[in-house]
This record gives sequence, C-alpha cells and structure tokens, in this order.
Amino acid sequence: MAITLTINGKSETVDAAPGTPLLWVLRDHLQMTGTKFGCGVAQCGACTVHVDGEPTRACVTPHDTLEGAQITTIEGVSGDAADAIRNAWVANDVPQCGYCQSGQIMAATALLRDNPSPDDAAIDEAMSGNLCRCATYMSIRRAIKEAAAAL
Amino acid sequence: MLMRDLGIIPAQKADAAGEGPSPYVNLSRRAFVGGAGLFVLGVTLAGCSTYVEPEIDADAFDLPEPGASPLTEVRGGDATPALWIAIDRDGAVKITCHRSEMGQQVWTSMAQIVADELEADWDKVEIIQAEGHERYGDQNTDGSRSVRFNFHRLRVAGAAMRQMLVAAAALYWKLPVEQCSAKGGLVSNTQNDETLSYGNLAELAGKLEIPAEADITLKTPKEWRYINAEIPSLTVPRIVRGEGTFGIDVQRPGMVYAVVARPPQLFGRVSSFDDAKTLEVPGVLKTVRLPDARPPALFQPLGGVAVVARDTWAAIEGRRALEIAWAAGPNAGYDSDAFAEQLKATARASGKVRRARGDVPAALAAAKKRVSAEYYAPHLGQTPMEPPSATAEWDGDRLECWACVQDPQSTRATLAEALGIDKENIKVTPTWLGGAFGRKSKPDFVVEAALIARDVGKPVKVTWTREDDIRHGYFHSVSAQYCEGGLDADGKCTAWLHRTVFPPISSTFDNTVAEPSDGEMGMGASDVPFAMPNLRVESGNAKGHVRIGWLRSVANIYHAFAVQSFAAELAHAAGRDQKDYLLELIGPPRKIDPETEGAKYGNYGASLEEYPIDTGRLRNVLEKAAAMAEWGRKLPAGRGLGIAVHRSFLSYIATVVEVAVKPDGSLSIPGVWLAVDAGTVINPRHVRAQMEGGTIYALSNALYGAITAKDGAIVQDNFPSWRLMRMREAPRAFEVEIVASDAPPGGVGEPASPPAAPALANAIFAATGHRMRTLPLIGAEGSKLKLPTKQSA
Repeated sequence: MAITLTINGKSETVDAAPGTPLLWVLRDHLQMTGTKFGCGVAQCGACTVHVDGEPTRACVTPHDTLEGAQITTIEGVSGDAADAIRNAWVANDVPQCGYCQSGQIMAATALLRDNPSPDDAAIDEAMSGNLCRCATYMSIRRAIKEAAAAL
Repeated sequence: MLMRDLGIIPAQKADAAGEGPSPYVNLSRRAFVGGAGLFVLGVTLAGCSTYVEPEIDADAFDLPEPGASPLTEVRGGDATPALWIAIDRDGAVKITCHRSEMGQQVWTSMAQIVADELEADWDKVEIIQAEGHERYGDQNTDGSRSVRFNFHRLRVAGAAMRQMLVAAAALYWKLPVEQCSAKGGLVSNTQNDETLSYGNLAELAGKLEIPAEADITLKTPKEWRYINAEIPSLTVPRIVRGEGTFGIDVQRPGMVYAVVARPPQLFGRVSSFDDAKTLEVPGVLKTVRLPDARPPALFQPLGGVAVVARDTWAAIEGRRALEIAWAAGPNAGYDSDAFAEQLKATARASGKVRRARGDVPAALAAAKKRVSAEYYAPHLGQTPMEPPSATAEWDGDRLECWACVQDPQSTRATLAEALGIDKENIKVTPTWLGGAFGRKSKPDFVVEAALIARDVGKPVKVTWTREDDIRHGYFHSVSAQYCEGGLDADGKCTAWLHRTVFPPISSTFDNTVAEPSDGEMGMGASDVPFAMPNLRVESGNAKGHVRIGWLRSVANIYHAFAVQSFAAELAHAAGRDQKDYLLELIGPPRKIDPETEGAKYGNYGASLEEYPIDTGRLRNVLEKAAAMAEWGRKLPAGRGLGIAVHRSFLSYIATVVEVAVKPDGSLSIPGVWLAVDAGTVINPRHVRAQMEGGTIYALSNALYGAITAKDGAIVQDNFPSWRLMRMREAPRAFEVEIVASDAPPGGVGEPASPPAAPALANAIFAATGHRMRTLPLIGAEGSKLKLPTKQSA
C-alpha cells in the first residue's frame, strides 16, 4: 500500500489506508502541519494545497490519486507570486490567528500566478472559497493588490 | 529530526532554543546566564571603531544574596522581573506571555509593554508561552482584558529590569547610576559614550536587589517607543511559512489519534455500542468508552465512545462504522422553535426589575405615543477555524497536555478534578489558538484527551471535526426581548421599558439556575446609558437545554441589537434623524452609575472611578463615526445608512453600516465606518484589525448565523448549514478611527461586535423601510433578506 508522492519537489513514501485524504497524510504521516483542517468537506479552504499548480482541497483529495503529481504545500510554495504574497501578508499583518492563512496564501498565490493584476471581482472569485472567522478579508484584498503591484 | 517535530516549543525561535524550554527554568535567575551560542564581544560604535565592549565576569563581584522580590503584589499581580524577562548572554530578550495567543496579537502587545519600559532592542525580543500556573496570576484570556489586567505590572517589571541593568553597568564602571542610561538594549556611560550590552550585563544585574515600586520610574507616554506604536506582529512571519504550533498541530513521539462519538443530546448516554466494524477499519487501534456526563455540564466531556487510530482519518472512518444506541436523556424534548415562542411569551409578561428610574407604567400611560417591539436572536456557535483539539501524554502518574486553551489554569484544575490526580502532577501549555471566541475557555476537549491517553498508555491527540464543533458546543444563548417606549407630544422619549429573557450561562454550571445573572444584565441591559426620566429594565427566566457559554461579546450581542434597534424605532416614531435622536436619548455628557437605580452592576470587574460609564465618550464616538460616514448624505434608492453605539468591555464604539438592498432582497455592504475609544492603546494596527474582525464576526452572525435544535440535538453540522461571511460578501470599504486617549486601557477583542448587528438592521430599515427584529436576517440557506412581499420603496 506504500505510495510515493512528490511534495515540494521531494519524494515521500507513505503508507496510509487507500482513500485517505492528502490532508491527513501530510499532517499525520509526514508531520507537515502547515496545511490545516477546517471542515473536511471542501467548504472552508484551510487545507488548500497546489496539485500541479492548481489550488486543491487536500481534505477531499484521496492521496492515492496523486502519484506522479507535483504537490506543493505552504511549507514549500515558492516563486515570485509566493514571495510577493508573503511579503504583502507580512507588511500588512494580514493574519490574525493565522489558522486559515496557509490556505489563503495558497489560493492568493495561485490567483497571482494566473492573473498578475486581479480586480475586485477576480479576487472575490479566487478567494471566496477560503473562510476566515477572524475576518481578515479586507486585509487580504489590500495585500493581494499590493502584491500584484510589486510583481 | 528537528525538536519542532518532536514536541511543541512555543518560544519564538524554537529551533535555536536547543531544547523545549521549561518557562520556569527560563525564568529563574539561571536564565540570566542563559547561554546558547557565541557571545560576540566587539561592538563597533558609529564613528568610533576602537571601542571593544569588555566582557563582564559577574563572579568577580562579591555581592550579598539579594532579598525577596518587593514586586510580588503590585497592581495587577506579580511584577518580579524574572517572572517575565530572561536575557541571554547573546542578548536575546525572552519575554514570557502568560495569556493565550488567538489572533488578538497578545504576544506582540504584552512584549511591547515589557520591551518599552525595559528599553529592549525589539529585534532581540522572543516570546516564551507560559504554561498554566498560579504564579502568573490570571491567565484566562477572555473578557478583553489581557492589556487592562497587565499593563501596569508589565511596565513595572520591564522598568525594574531596566533599572537593574543600569545599576549593574554603574557597578561595573564604578559610576553613579545617574551617569548611566539605557536605550535600545545598551547601557551607555553618558560621560564617554562607552556601552555595555544587556546580554553582557544580565548575569550581574540578576545578582542585584530588585527595586521597590516606589523606586521605579516608569516612562512617560511621550517617551514610549513601542507602546501605542504600529509594531508588526511577532507571529505573522511564521504564519506565512506554515510554521508555529496550533493545538491541532502538536506532535509527540508514538502519538495516536482520536475522535469521539458524543451523545446527540446534552446528558444523553450510550445505551450500548458495537465496535466490531470499527475495529476492522484499517488503522483503527481501539475504542474507549468515556464516562457519561451528569448535570451540571461544567467543563466535563459529554461522554460517548472514542475511536483511537494511527491517523485522524482512520479514527474518523472508524467512528463512522460505530453502532451506538443512545439514551436521549433529559433534554430530548428541546425544540428551539417551540422554545422561541416560550421565550417571547415570557418577554411579554412583566419580569424581575433589574434597574428602575421614575415610574415607567405611569409614564407609558401618559405618553402621547407608545411604541413596542419584540426582538429575537438565536443560539450561535463560536466556530473558530481551528476546531477544539488537544494532546495529552501520561508518564505513570504525571499528565502533560498541550492544547488551544484560553485558560490553562482552569484547564489544569478541571483535569485534576476529572482524573482525580494532584494539580502539581499536571502541566498544561497553551499552543497558539486558531481562533477561540470563547469556545476554548471550556477545556472539555482537553479532558477527553487526558482520559483517552490514560486508557491507551500513549500520547493521544483528540481532534474535533467541524461537525463535532458545531453540534456539541457551548452555545451563545438564545434570547427574546420586549421593548416599549413612550413619546410626548414633541416626540421626546419619556419612558423606556426593556425586558430580556434568555437561558443564562450560569445554567451550564448549575442546571437549576434560570435567572439571567447580574453580569449578563450588565452587558447592555442594566447599564443602558439613556437619560429619559423613566426607565425600567426587567429580566425573565429561561432554562438551558444545551450548554450555554461565552461567545465574543456575550450578552452584549442581543442586548445591543434590541436597544440600538429600538432607539432607531423611537426615532422613526418621533419623525427624527436616527443619529440625532440617539444623542438625545443618551443625553448630556455625564457619568452614570446604574447601582443608584437599583442595578447590581459589575462594570467588567473594574471600578466606576477608574472606568466610569462616560456618556461624553459615548457621544464622541457616535459623532465621529457619523462624520466619517458622512451621515445624512443623499443616497440612491435601495441604499441606507444605519448607526449604533455601545459601550462594552470598558470601551466605546460607534459603527455606521451602509447597505445596498435590491428589490428582490439581495444585499451588499458597500461600507462600514467605526470610531473606537478604548483608552490607552498598545498597537493601533492590531486594534484596527480587531475592529474589522469583531464587526465582521457580528455581521456574519447577524446575517447567517443560527444554531437550532430538534429533539434536543443540534440541526446544523458544517459550513453549508452553519454559514459564515465570505470574501465576496465582506464590506469593500472599512474605515476605523481610534480616538486618542490617555484613559486607562479598555477592551478591544470583543467590543466591536455589539453595535454591528443593530447598525446593519437600522441601515436595512433606512434602505427599505422594513424593520427586521429577528436574527438571522438571511440565514444559512438563503441569499436574500426576508422582506415582506409588499416592500416600501
């Protein structure tokens, strides 16, 4: 049952039950806890990772469907868009508790990669799948625009 | 493997710490020796390349053993420097934070207070999260009071340490202390510009007497460099890399994972269960029957059956396969719709008088116009994005827990009681909290982890799924309120009657209690700041059928909703502008003491001398918010402005909401304007964040939030049925103004919430002519306001 996944460019062999969502493989088997559990039903976005560059909800994605895919998590996401997002997040102190912010950053990074100067509607579209109970939405919107300007 | 992977190390630079620091060891005098890494002696001063800082050998000074700390009982608690500050040889300034970090930036604010008086170099500041222990005084991170409770004593601790460092430098240089001055982590010889760094001085300073409070000179506000400054968060640089340890992130060697199947009803029980299919699920290790809960609810777990597995998913799958026959227990009949009608009926009949001025019945009888209204607000769930999660580990007779708890001391006491072991054998360390909002004041989930860990003999992490969080919470209380007002011929309000009915939080701790407490009444009902000649506040009783608990701003939520909505209803009845009429209701600037009118008023535990109810400050924020929003401006059809003002947690906040409502009832919020007077502010940037967050939290709940019960069980289960505001629904403009004030610090985390919902309802009235008195305004399923079919233009 052991499966080899490519996570942040590294090969990782995991032995989890078939169908186990990627989220729990990351968190419980690989101790990569940056990717968060929020709902388990793809409604909150806290578990967002990139699979072949696409934002993906790790809580509903069976890990054994991902052999050969490039999986990127908050611990490994890099590049100009990721740097710009992280810098803007820090400059604006976007996070409050920070729990949802791994997912927010993964969603925002993917947005900027696809669309380097998103307008409000594009931000709404890309970010409305990510809940934040601290309600950092205004800061996120501001930081995405700053990150876009810095790119 | 990094230590971070082995266990939680909450210090800011955990990896550099070398091993998991025991806060106590770090805080003993040994910590002044500190000591990882090389100490670099050479300090090059600007314009002076020859000066090399000498290394101080503290052992060369023969000093008497210092006496006991004279600072153990300053206002706020123990201000002994070593309790709060450890300075390593390399200059790292380790500040202990005894409050829980849950997004309010308490790590940063506590450090700002200490570091400012200490004259530390901010770049050298690290945080150590304190375990739960009485030595720190109150650690209950609840009630918006971390700054208020600790501002003075942390200043004293920082200043005392600064003076000891200066005294050490004076001793070394054989100079009078007046010729030495501290700044930015260095003590300078004012005669020749030589300097000694704090890291170099720390060990010698630790051998000196701690100054008495009378001998400590605090900085003046003009000298503050970190207090009242926009210092960046200490947590954010780690958050953006997925670092930092939340409760759900704790890892221990050999750890197993558990979820719990809990009874659907409060005080329900397991009649029988069959775990045969569960044990066949790959990865499941065993099941553990938990003890049944018995009234009162307290902080005990709810009972049920735990499934223990090698990962969380296997535990969840194993729970799905459990076959349990439940006995429903005493709350099986609870139906929140039927209960709502009971509450409303109670609110229509006269209740217990909690504050009275003049003669309300006579004034109502004499009024030219009488207005009445009923308001209803449902149960809510706190639903922090991180659901409750705790890790427990036994080694024989000692228990250690790491968890996202707001109060590690009550957690420790609860564990001792539940497990029948001495508190001294229990250690509880708070992790970061992925939001809390009152839910994590209740450590039931930590007790679950401890019980399971004792059973399985391995470290256990208990995770609550979102369904668990929503169904089995400590819910914000459901409430019905009745308001009646009398107006004279000029439209002036002559009588105010407010009756409030809700199951009190006390019912969670004594299930026979049905009467709203003075504390809850003092959150927006008995402390109403209005000036009309006749005023009466009453309460009606209601029993709890679910666990009732604190939720961000607590009873202020429903009280401010009714009071500030009804104030606008009176304005409308009088044909007056809402804001002008509200100012008239508040009356002239003055200080109010509800106790002179029969109320029992706790004022959030503060004295009315230090923290008066000051209607001048209330008026001021109201005027400011109105000006920010350009109150009175002409708006297109379907748009409206609403305003509300409320004092809670000793702070004053006014909020203006603008809504745009389409004829079909769909709604957006183009803007929010908020003015806050929270007295002395530690970090304006983070206060603004709390104003935004507290407002949106309340707007989200007001628009969508309702926890309902059928047959005693909670109906909602996850984010589709428990709905939160999303990015696309958030206001586009949100302006905050912080009133400059030298008043003592008030609360910040909670008080933005109460005025949000009534400002929203008042804006909807302005936009549509329709008064909404029942929350939520939209609900989980809908997308539109429940407007009447014949809508006024």
